Amino acid sequence: MTWKSRLHIPHPSARPGEAPDFSYLSLSEAGAVAQPAVDAPASEIEFLAHELVRVLDDDGIARGPWIPDLTPGQLLEAQRLMLLTRQYDDRMHRMQRQGKITFFMQSLGEEAVSIGQGMALEPDDMLFPAYRNQGLFILRNTSLVDLMCQCLSNTRDMCKGRQMPVMYHNVKGKLFSVSGNLATQYPHAVGWAMASAIKGEDHISAAWVGDGSTAEADFHHALTFAAVYQAPVILNVVNNQWAISTYQGFAGGERRAFAARGLGLGIPGIRVDGNDLLAVYAVTRWAAERARSGGGPTLIEHVTYRGGPHSTSDDPSRYRPKDEWQAFPLGDPVKRLKQHLVNAGHWSEEQHTALIAELKETIITAWKEAITYGTMTDGPSLDISEMFDDVYEELPDYLVRQRQQLIELKGRRS
Amino acid sequence: MSQMNMIQAINSALDVLMEKDPTVIILGQDVGYFGGVFRCTDGLQKKYGEHRVIDAPIAEGGIIGSAIGIGVNGLRPVAEIQFADYIYPGLDQIISELARLRYRSGGEYFSPVTIRAPCGGGIRGGQTHSQSPEALFTHLCGIKTVMPSTPYDAKGLLISAIESNDPVVFFEPKRIYNGPFDGDPNKPSIPWSKHPAGEVPKGYYSIPLGKANLVQEGTELSIITYGTMVHVAQAAVNQAGISADIIDVRSLVPLDVDTLRASVEKTGRCLIAHEASKFSGFGAELAATVQEECFWHLQAPIVRVAGWETPYPHAFEWDYFPGQDRILAGIREIMESV
Repeated sequence: MTWKSRLHIPHPSARPGEAPDFSYLSLSEAGAVAQPAVDAPASEIEFLAHELVRVLDDDGIARGPWIPDLTPGQLLEAQRLMLLTRQYDDRMHRMQRQGKITFFMQSLGEEAVSIGQGMALEPDDMLFPAYRNQGLFILRNTSLVDLMCQCLSNTRDMCKGRQMPVMYHNVKGKLFSVSGNLATQYPHAVGWAMASAIKGEDHISAAWVGDGSTAEADFHHALTFAAVYQAPVILNVVNNQWAISTYQGFAGGERRAFAARGLGLGIPGIRVDGNDLLAVYAVTRWAAERARSGGGPTLIEHVTYRGGPHSTSDDPSRYRPKDEWQAFPLGDPVKRLKQHLVNAGHWSEEQHTALIAELKETIITAWKEAITYGTMTDGPSLDISEMFDDVYEELPDYLVRQRQQLIELKGRRS
Repeated sequence: MSQMNMIQAINSALDVLMEKDPTVIILGQDVGYFGGVFRCTDGLQKKYGEHRVIDAPIAEGGIIGSAIGIGVNGLRPVAEIQFADYIYPGLDQIISELARLRYRSGGEYFSPVTIRAPCGGGIRGGQTHSQSPEALFTHLCGIKTVMPSTPYDAKGLLISAIESNDPVVFFEPKRIYNGPFDGDPNKPSIPWSKHPAGEVPKGYYSIPLGKANLVQEGTELSIITYGTMVHVAQAAVNQAGISADIIDVRSLVPLDVDTLRASVEKTGRCLIAHEASKFSGFGAELAATVQEECFWHLQAPIVRVAGWETPYPHAFEWDYFPGQDRILAGIREIMESV
């Protein structure tokens, strides 16, 4: 008798030295996917989870029912913000390489997700970012100096030196504190949206996770709660194909799209070209309108590619082909928007080059200011007594004593 | 004043606060229409509506995780975990998120979640309905951990817990929901109406977190305990015929070290009792604290009376439970030390 059972171990389509192969990605033509009414019953729009909503075609021309009503001015602003995010990432990545900060994570190749979605949401909507959503912080006017100071853990660090780099937050900008534990922000976003509904407000929330963290229990808790209470929330999965060295098949992405994860609960899913800013914006507007009008949650999967290493501690050449990003069929979100704007006569290569140079200057200026608030080697330094603050609302007696102990100890040492 | 058992006192605390503060909401399994498996939320949904007393899916991580988000959005959630034994799927949300949100965000974000959870044994619950996991929570920085031993304390402490802008895990010893319990399951149960702490004000009052209660005063020995064991210790002291301070810690974090120190300095002898297993139990922290604070006053080694180092066994519940005999043995050990 032949033993038929077998243990399936997922394998990525290509490893280092092999030719990249994205034949596993199912793609739709730009403009080919219908746009249903925002109040369409979830059961009638399941196709959105399996198709791929695309607006920009390979020539950068906008096609089909999902073309958003963005003005050229708004598109140019989106481009500026994507480029600013990319330049910020590039600078900070190199600052880590030079030993100026301990750690960094780029969002290279995924900029359209944060910028497109951030633009599509209202300023009072609450955002629960993952660690690769710096674009949301930039879009919501977190100053570059503040972001840099967080990465430097210096005297102007919003986290008071308590978090490793990129774990930003911005209360005024309604951006939640980024956690290093994955997908924990998902149920927070659902709870926040529930409270918004309880209070009778029309603010919605949105949260982001990667493809890898859809395997976490919190992802499933959040989907269940969002479905049960029809919470006004947009739950995003940024499927950038890789979770460090673990390709998306290990999160269960081999057989069904991540966008389809909510279908069993009656949550509409939309699979969108995550490198197409127009498409990302359009599906987000759709989901936001649905949520705001009482239609409940939407799960959006952004199909994209992690252009850089997972973090500065990672070396992707050890587990994936070096040229895989170049072979990614959905390209680079920055190049695609530029192509669209150039084709439409709103932009030129010269303007593009000049803008990048200008943004680099902006970032250098911001960095110069950021380091005046302290670096890893030079002052000014954080006041060590603040280490004991904010564990509780009020400093308990035992922490007063521990703070005193530490200060005395340090006094004796110096 | 009114006669209340601990369930009614908890219900009253929730009622009083929901009346006073429209941001207080309740979330948990079976808490709404049904009023909770232990009846602690009985009648509240009817009074305050489905948007304020919310039945939740069976997902403790989801209850706690969404409660955090609810709290960030300006409401004051009280999450019920049906049994403390079920809290573990929510541990990451408690440890990594709830406890540290204020700290990690430089004091800019917080979520004032109170988590209520019935704990402890003595109800034939076996190893999945009898645990006392309080020590796990006392090890976290950023969470307060509370366990009352009477209806009066339960109401006053729960009100403080909910009003606190810090997250609180509030353990309710379910064996004493209906009446004090001296550790002898064969005796007829006594209702709270026979106990002075069953007299509970109907309206608002609070008991500050971080203050222990000197339940009875004595001279020869200090017994430091909390929860159900407060009543077992009282019975054991009566039986031993010694003069002992009995301190109900009530708030494990923050801990009222001053009250412990004053007592042990006075008596020179210390017995620590809790229901949870001894090794790395909260008694270890209490013993270490007493040793650090009162070493030169101690006339005998500190003795801990606690659950055995096994899971809570269904068939041997009363052999596991640290009843009067075990406390008496501990008292003898201390009093006979030179």
